Amino acid sequence: MSAVETIFEKGAPGRRAFVCPELDVPQVDGLLPDRFRRSEPARLPEISEPEIVRHYVNLSKKNFDLDSGFYPLGSCTMKHNPRLHERVAALPGHARLHPLQSPAHAQGALELMWNLERALSEIAGLPHVSLQPSAGSHGELAGVLLTKAFHSDRGDTRHKVLTPDTAHGTNPATVTMAGYTVVKVGTNPDGGVDLDDLRAKADQDVACLMLTNPNTLGVFDPNIAEIAEIVHGVGATLYYDGANLNAIMGLTRPGDMGFDIVHFNLHKSFTQPHGGGGPGSGPIAVSDRMVPYLMNPRIVREDGRFDLRDTSEKSIGRLRGFQGNYGCFVRSYAYIRSLGAEGLKDASETAVLNANYLLARLGPLAERLPLAFGKLCMHEFVLSGSPMKRELGIKTLDLAKRLLDHGFHPPTVYFPLLVDEALLIEPTETETKETLDAFADAIAAILEEAAGDPEVARTAPHTTPVRRLDEAGAAKRPVIRQSL
Amino acid sequence: MLDAIGVGSIEELFDRQIPAAVRLGRPLDLPAGMAEQDVYAHLRELAARNTSAEDEITFLGAGMYDHYVPAIIDMLLGRSEFLTPYTPYQPEVSQGSLQVMFEYQTAISELTALPVSNASVYEGPSAVASAGYLARLANGRSRFVASAGLHPHSLDTLRTYARGFGAEVVEVPLADGLTDPAAWAAAIGEDTCAAFVQQPNFLGAVEDVEALAAAAKEAAPDAVVVGAYDPIALGILKPPGECGVDVCVGEGQPLGNRLDFGGPSFGFFAATEAYLRRMPGRIAGETTDVDGRRGFVLTLQTREQHIRREKATSNICTAQALNALAGVVYLSWLGRHGLVELAELLLQRTHYAREALTALDGVEALHSQPVVREFALKLSAPAGKVVARCQEQGVNPGLALDDDVLLVAITEQRSRADIDRLTEVLGAAVAAEREAVHA
Repeated sequence: MSAVETIFEKGAPGRRAFVCPELDVPQVDGLLPDRFRRSEPARLPEISEPEIVRHYVNLSKKNFDLDSGFYPLGSCTMKHNPRLHERVAALPGHARLHPLQSPAHAQGALELMWNLERALSEIAGLPHVSLQPSAGSHGELAGVLLTKAFHSDRGDTRHKVLTPDTAHGTNPATVTMAGYTVVKVGTNPDGGVDLDDLRAKADQDVACLMLTNPNTLGVFDPNIAEIAEIVHGVGATLYYDGANLNAIMGLTRPGDMGFDIVHFNLHKSFTQPHGGGGPGSGPIAVSDRMVPYLMNPRIVREDGRFDLRDTSEKSIGRLRGFQGNYGCFVRSYAYIRSLGAEGLKDASETAVLNANYLLARLGPLAERLPLAFGKLCMHEFVLSGSPMKRELGIKTLDLAKRLLDHGFHPPTVYFPLLVDEALLIEPTETETKETLDAFADAIAAILEEAAGDPEVARTAPHTTPVRRLDEAGAAKRPVIRQSL
Repeated sequence: MLDAIGVGSIEELFDRQIPAAVRLGRPLDLPAGMAEQDVYAHLRELAARNTSAEDEITFLGAGMYDHYVPAIIDMLLGRSEFLTPYTPYQPEVSQGSLQVMFEYQTAISELTALPVSNASVYEGPSAVASAGYLARLANGRSRFVASAGLHPHSLDTLRTYARGFGAEVVEVPLADGLTDPAAWAAAIGEDTCAAFVQQPNFLGAVEDVEALAAAAKEAAPDAVVVGAYDPIALGILKPPGECGVDVCVGEGQPLGNRLDFGGPSFGFFAATEAYLRRMPGRIAGETTDVDGRRGFVLTLQTREQHIRREKATSNICTAQALNALAGVVYLSWLGRHGLVELAELLLQRTHYAREALTALDGVEALHSQPVVREFALKLSAPAGKVVARCQEQGVNPGLALDDDVLLVAITEQRSRADIDRLTEVLGAAVAAEREAVHA
């Protein structure tokens, strides 16, 4: 194998790919005063097109990807990305539409966004939608800022936001960004919210409770109606983190559970490809009482025509430029129209079926890898590697790394934080029984192997482009760019 | 599968976990599913009702620009190995994505002449607001001073974020197209948290960033100077790292990303060494594996939400990895000299267009400052109506601002012939509107 070289270490002076269009206007000197001018060109690569293509194609081959193999990363919903979506998103009428084109000349785009808003509204059970946020955490920020505007409109200053200890890390980070203080709520032995703890902490200073349901343990909280009553009883809002929406489409709706605000992850439940870390899209749906504060601008429909307008003076304003990640809207809208009402419900049912089947297939390993909470699960479940670590001498991290040698992407590891040596497994609906069986067999084989020789897993992976990397060293002496 | 689970039906899985009271006892009120070719036809029909940059000669800019996207970008971004993985949490099987981040960070660092870049944030205006949050955490103050030359969406987004974490935004007006230096100096004091300027500014004018940054530092040595830059203009403009800018952000769309009606694109975010551990978002770092081989990992993760939770420097998680890949491929494709040539071409064509258009009756320059690729005109007719008239002739002359201002942007896809056509159509439209007023 050749040495690892960055694109900055390839090419040679004078090489190039770009041919500049000809200067077809009279050349005028001195247009830009020297004091504003760059003295040296930025040291970008000097490289030909064939070299660029070969470099990045070879780099791509060092990635594991969803199209090549099973990717049961919990709370990330790595479901198949239909290629029709790439084709329609690339149509010039979508892809080359300027965001400031006048609404009269963007009626197709606005109708698509309107239709997507209506569909997401129906799925969430909440009447109003803004597509603007760029990803899930951006949707969370929108929701907490809406909450803040809602309270301050009532002359009410509150300081605290409640999050369960099972929450995604984005929840507490968002709370701080929005100027609130995080108060953690405990988890009961069944994996749901500890109601006594919630009652004790829910006071008039609480602005909001942020909840994921089903939560990151894969547990649907059966006390949701009571939770909503407690939260609303102190005048706070109830926020739904939609990262786990893939479990419930067409089966139950956050709005019907009492939530005021929901965010969607179009890059999870609605097939926007994840791209190795984005783009995503995080629309929000809200109840009637939150609508005056929704982000500007909004899509309005009058006499069958669509327009973009700032509709409320109480709006929190903008969270970003333009209308949001429209390219993601096209893909997710295509997905919703492909599946329809029945298909979405079927997707969630199959996701839950697949998760429970995989859980059952791993049942014989429960002495080493027990289910952390409950008996059944929704679309994902959490195992604890604690007994495995104690009895076989391999950690969850070792199991994860050894799975790479078996050709599988590992589950989410060490999250949620309240489970020791956690493995969070989400198979999704687009995997076959054969794949689930093969994955369960691989885990069994790794445990059996570890019983004989734990060193193999401890030093895994053995077959990947690189082996375990020195992350501590990287953080201690950061090298975050190529030196030139 | 049901037997293995020990339930009689899929329904039972839900009945045993979700209380009946919150079950949706009816089908979703959505249209039935469709075959692939029918979905294609529907989405194609919607696309056909948009007037894209392929359907008219467009001079729209104001933050996003109709640059040519080279074919290799479509090919590389379409590869399963880049399109379908998650964030690279398992570095042993993610060296492709991680090395791309490292290369991207290098390219942005070179472009801005700042030593530290993250692996991308959402997009331009929210990058400006995120820089505000960085400053707030860095010096604890709560007063932002922002040039009115910032993109209006950036100003609005900064205000939205600032209301959350508790900061006020004071706007400094423009004078003759530029941030008013006296008002700028007067607005900045020892309580200033951060000072924001855009380069070139929203009206296309090249600001004297060096002087503005120096004035800000003099009035408030600890304030963070934030510059929002156009990355294409950086091909010829003095980079922010040489102008006293502490944090440089910007909209990355011009670098190899489609217009997509506003997104997805990416925001770039670069800073001086002092802010390395306060950066938002992912950062890739170089390291070695147990066999001593060179490799890359996500690094300095103790800044991030999944480790630090409420103490994180940002809540950002999923960002814009694929769009940032387009950015670094584009910069490699342009190359060291190509980026300069492209920016010089824009400079010349923009000058040509500005001269031609301001020679028209009823059209004058809003300001006479140097510009790179965009400029503002003052029309003696309602700008919105002029735009509509031009569009009827197949030319989109730019963005109507206020009542009588038109913002015109040039890319390498707009030739001299296109500019001549704009001149002809705009001249006729302004004349017709003036006549309509007099009639």
